[in-house]
Amino acid sequence: MKITFPHMGTTYIPVKMMLDELNIEAILPPNSNKRTLEIGTKISPEAICVPFKIITGNIIEGIELGANTVFMLTGCGPCRFGIFSCLQEEILKDIGYPVEFITADRFSNYEGLKEFIDRLKEVSESNSTIKIINTIRKGYKMLHEVDELAELTNKIRPREVRKGEVDKKWFNFENEIRKTYGYKAMMNIINKYRYEFNNIEIDQDKDCLKIGLVGEIYTILESYINLYIERKLGNMGIEVVRMASASEFVKEQLDFIPFLKSDKKKIYRAAARYLDIPIGGHAIHTIGNIIRGTNEGFDGFIHLLPFTCMPEIVAGSILPTIEKEQNIPILSLVLDEMTGETGYMTRIEAFIDVVQKRREIKNEGKRLYWN
Amino acid sequence: MKTKIGIPRALFYYEFASLWVNFFSELGLEVIISPKTNKKIINDGTIAAVDDACIPVKIYHGHVINLRNKVDYLFIPRIMGITKKEYICPKFCGLPEMIKYSVKDLPKLINTKIDLMKKDNLLNQMLEVGYIFINDKKRIVEAYHKAKAIYDYEKSKLKLPLVNNTNNVVIMGHPYILSDDYLNMNIKAKLKKAGLNYLLPEMFDDDILTKYAKQYNGKVFWYFFHQMIGTCFYLLEQKLVEGIIYLSSFGCGIDSVVAETVERNIRRNCDIPFMLLTIDEHSGEGGFNTRLEAFIDMLKWRKQNENYISPYGNYLYTR
Ligand code: SF4
Ligand code: SF4
Repeated sequence: MKITFPHMGTTYIPVKMMLDELNIEAILPPNSNKRTLEIGTKISPEAICVPFKIITGNIIEGIELGANTVFMLTGCGPCRFGIFSCLQEEILKDIGYPVEFITADRFSNYEGLKEFIDRLKEVSESNSTIKIINTIRKGYKMLHEVDELAELTNKIRPREVRKGEVDKKWFNFENEIRKTYGYKAMMNIINKYRYEFNNIEIDQDKDCLKIGLVGEIYTILESYINLYIERKLGNMGIEVVRMASASEFVKEQLDFIPFLKSDKKKIYRAAARYLDIPIGGHAIHTIGNIIRGTNEGFDGFIHLLPFTCMPEIVAGSILPTIEKEQNIPILSLVLDEMTGETGYMTRIEAFIDVVQKRREIKNEGKRLYWN
Repeated sequence: MKTKIGIPRALFYYEFASLWVNFFSELGLEVIISPKTNKKIINDGTIAAVDDACIPVKIYHGHVINLRNKVDYLFIPRIMGITKKEYICPKFCGLPEMIKYSVKDLPKLINTKIDLMKKDNLLNQMLEVGYIFINDKKRIVEAYHKAKAIYDYEKSKLKLPLVNNTNNVVIMGHPYILSDDYLNMNIKAKLKKAGLNYLLPEMFDDDILTKYAKQYNGKVFWYFFHQMIGTCFYLLEQKLVEGIIYLSSFGCGIDSVVAETVERNIRRNCDIPFMLLTIDEHSGEGGFNTRLEAFIDMLKWRKQNENYISPYGNYLYTR
């Protein structure tokens, strides 16, 4: 069995590692790119959200590389993610790709987690439950490590002395880790690069603007679809903070385990003034994280969402009020396969201008006070 | 003077009208329902709502605007789910927020949570609504039962006695699109005029649809998906219709999945013509009519040439 799976940011790293550890051949599709989106768009329903299109493209590219099985998380929810795999299976069937789908439901309770383990067991015939649980544990750890590495780069990038160093190193990191097999070796690479990133020469005292990325999780994590927004802002000298990550998402799912406490409660509490009930997707996170971030001194937020994304549209309707009442700049960027580089950049630059001005006024206020 | 409560004639109004209206009247309130959708309502709603909302939600905003100065209360329940274990569109759960933050000068809102996903406790939820107006449990319960009886009767009246006549076309889509004749460009009258009978998913028995929905081998977790896919398999088996029209809303996240799944299953399994018509606030009636007429002509032509076999394989469809 050769398994492929769709991308979501860098989640491929722990997923591949887990398959390696279980002796299952993993077929990594190339990172999402122009061709991925083109193939995906061609065979997907026109009106569906862009994550679906890219994911479908990933699957096809995986099949082209020889995969005969697709592994995907599904999960029931008001959001479409849960139904992606069913429709994708139908589409692939209709165009004559003979692949099997293995899906695992979200694991937000013990039964779900058990089902997930059973699924993995099924796939990897010869492994014991203990081995599988251990592998899941390793996967969880690596997911965190990779997310932390990305956070680190977001701190360093705006402050690096030699422009482009972080990006170059990150490129090398991905190239290397893709070719590495198994937990130990992959962990070594992560450690090596953590060391290298930490040793990049930076301007310690640089006072950077701090912008939070909120919104629909896939569009935040998949840099191809957000046109590499983290890199762009970072290279403009802005510190970017992803306010949603795969590791936090998984942690929330596992929240039912007593000793794993996610930030969920805090986020919900922060959001309560504007939205006091989770309505699906990440809408409540969008609101809660903006309020939390505002209190923590962020300078502004960029709200990313795919066109027609239902939960984020609800969140989007609340944002103008928050922007006014909390006096915090927020920019909503709606993404689809037609999003053009130029218009996108113009909007971001105009937004950064506003954020910059606000910061200057604030700083002046401070100085006046101290005088 | 009686207290006035307003109900926007949009979205789930079409599903629950008789229940809500009668319940509030029984409680002694004056119920005011916004007029049928018109140009002004659509325009007002489009301006007020967030840009990326679908038209049904924009229209809802328009109806709220129409009512806001005429009533003391507006009934905008937070509907989480209307059937067991099945989700509905997240916009229904967030509707109170969308309205609150997009429409100014609102009267008092009633945003009681209606959630029938876990257990069927509609009575308790309506009790909560009733207590806002009177502190008399007995009367509220009575009002509820009266209204519920009328509601159930009205629902049953919609159901189709199983007749197997010809000239039937089914129109699929969200009930609030199929019931709003301004929004659906009077499609029902147009079909009638062309000598066709129309069937709607709500005319089929729920139990039958549930049974047929099981034929779909993927997960069915939206109520609407279940209704549509059930209708689809039911029609495939019963051969009740000569054509299938799916009316979808531009910008609807659910339609994009459901319409595609329905279309694929129909095309794979039979040769009944299928047409997907998408409505948005800018689409003119002209283009809509042209496509509808072409579809109707094709149905007639197929009828006259019953033995005709499509040169394109075993299905015929337009898009
Ligand atoms: S959250 Fe939004 S983008 Fe993600 S699947 Fe749901 S509708 Fe699509
Ligand atoms: S189901 Fe579709 S049409 Fe209905 S409210 Fe949701 S997005 Fe709009």
